[in-house]
Amino acid sequence: MSSQPQSEQSRSESPLWQQIQPGGIGVNPGSTDRVQTGDWRTEVPVVDFERCTHCMICWVDCPDASFEVANAKLIGVDLKHCKGCGICAQVCPVKCIEMVPDSAENRETQPSNGASSESAK
Amino acid sequence: MTLKLRDLSLKPDLFGNGHGLCAGCAEPVSVRQILSALENPPVVALATGCLEVSSTRFPDTTWKVPLIHSAFENSATTISGVEAAYKALVRKGRMEDRPLTFVVFAGDGATYDIGFQWLSGALERGHKFVYVCLNNEGYMNTGIQRSSATLLGAWTTTTPSGDARPGKPEWHKDMTKIVAAHGIPYVAQAASHNWKDLITKVRKAEQADGPAFINVLTPCDRGWRFEPEKTMEVSQLMVEAGLWPLYEVVNGKYKMTGARQKKRPVIDALLSQKRFSHITKNADDATIAGIQAKVDEEWDALQALCNMPVAAE
Ligand code: SF4
Ligand code: SF4
Repeated sequence: MSSQPQSEQSRSESPLWQQIQPGGIGVNPGSTDRVQTGDWRTEVPVVDFERCTHCMICWVDCPDASFEVANAKLIGVDLKHCKGCGICAQVCPVKCIEMVPDSAENRETQPSNGASSESAK
Repeated sequence: MTLKLRDLSLKPDLFGNGHGLCAGCAEPVSVRQILSALENPPVVALATGCLEVSSTRFPDTTWKVPLIHSAFENSATTISGVEAAYKALVRKGRMEDRPLTFVVFAGDGATYDIGFQWLSGALERGHKFVYVCLNNEGYMNTGIQRSSATLLGAWTTTTPSGDARPGKPEWHKDMTKIVAAHGIPYVAQAASHNWKDLITKVRKAEQADGPAFINVLTPCDRGWRFEPEKTMEVSQLMVEAGLWPLYEVVNGKYKMTGARQKKRPVIDALLSQKRFSHITKNADDATIAGIQAKVDEEWDALQALCNMPVAAE
């Protein structure tokens, strides 16, 4: 997956021992966000927003919290984290999600907020 | 109040992304739904299991709520201590008194087997907490070993299937009924595919006056041997075949929840999972008939419990 965008913080970038909290307490809620689980993917979901009814079934059934929503509307897929399991395509009541082979080309057809959640860090 | 996904989607996710659970895993789906259902800020104790090893890889965490992990067996005891300490600190005026919900997430290994007596003790002591068992019917993160929640006939690495034995020989433990026998105010069985049913139950559990227990079926695509996109379908088949009835026990009163249950033969659910392929390859297999007979018997017993009048208060 060399064409994957690189996450700005690599997995090896762990804290120095001086920065570790006593008892190994985690102090950064939700910090696994920096882990790019999107590179597990072999297929990528493509949403046909013309037909999407914004019912949010895909959002509630995604194991990787990879649907971006705003104001109760589906706005994109977070390709930095989506593992390509295909559950969303199965559960969408209007069948407007299609799983296609993961490639740079196919990813481009997908409005993705993966990039914006990366720069949010 | 009607439950709308659009309303839920306005709330921030308390269990984030980047965790290491397998593609297609049902556990994070249910965890997100449960956390979004809670009215009060949650304080979570986590037992060792798939969820714990995958969401708390040092130094990171997927959680956005206060979380404590101690060991495999004692998450119920840990939350008991947290709840008791909070009450004591409030009593002494050292902490602000505000509604919090104490929650445990534990797998079937931690609940049915390793943490059994610890859970029983916490239920008997009457701590106010919501215990969620994420039941994937086996020790999956260590490589698919059988637990006492594993279905009869299932292949696991410790109950191999072959000429000598057809997978796991024993019927599973009925943990939900065992917990209900403790006489706690709220007990329920739910499944991953039915978010509405699960969220409704979580809200009732949160309001319960004492311990509450929810046993959620969370199909494991690696351990049950099905394609990752089928998770919700398999969960639904398990319910519709009567292998995982959805019901609740409110102050001792059994009640079925969700529509259209037990309308399929068990073979439909077994065929969806390759962990049963050694028995489903022959439709006349005696093991299938045995499972069907036992499911029918348990179903009738459950209906009888649901129809039983409870003594007026
Ligand atoms: S393919 Fe799976 S991980 Fe990706 S968006 Fe769909 S449900 Fe989520
Ligand atoms: S399930 Fe389908 S219709 Fe519903 S919000 Fe998702 S993509 Fe849109």
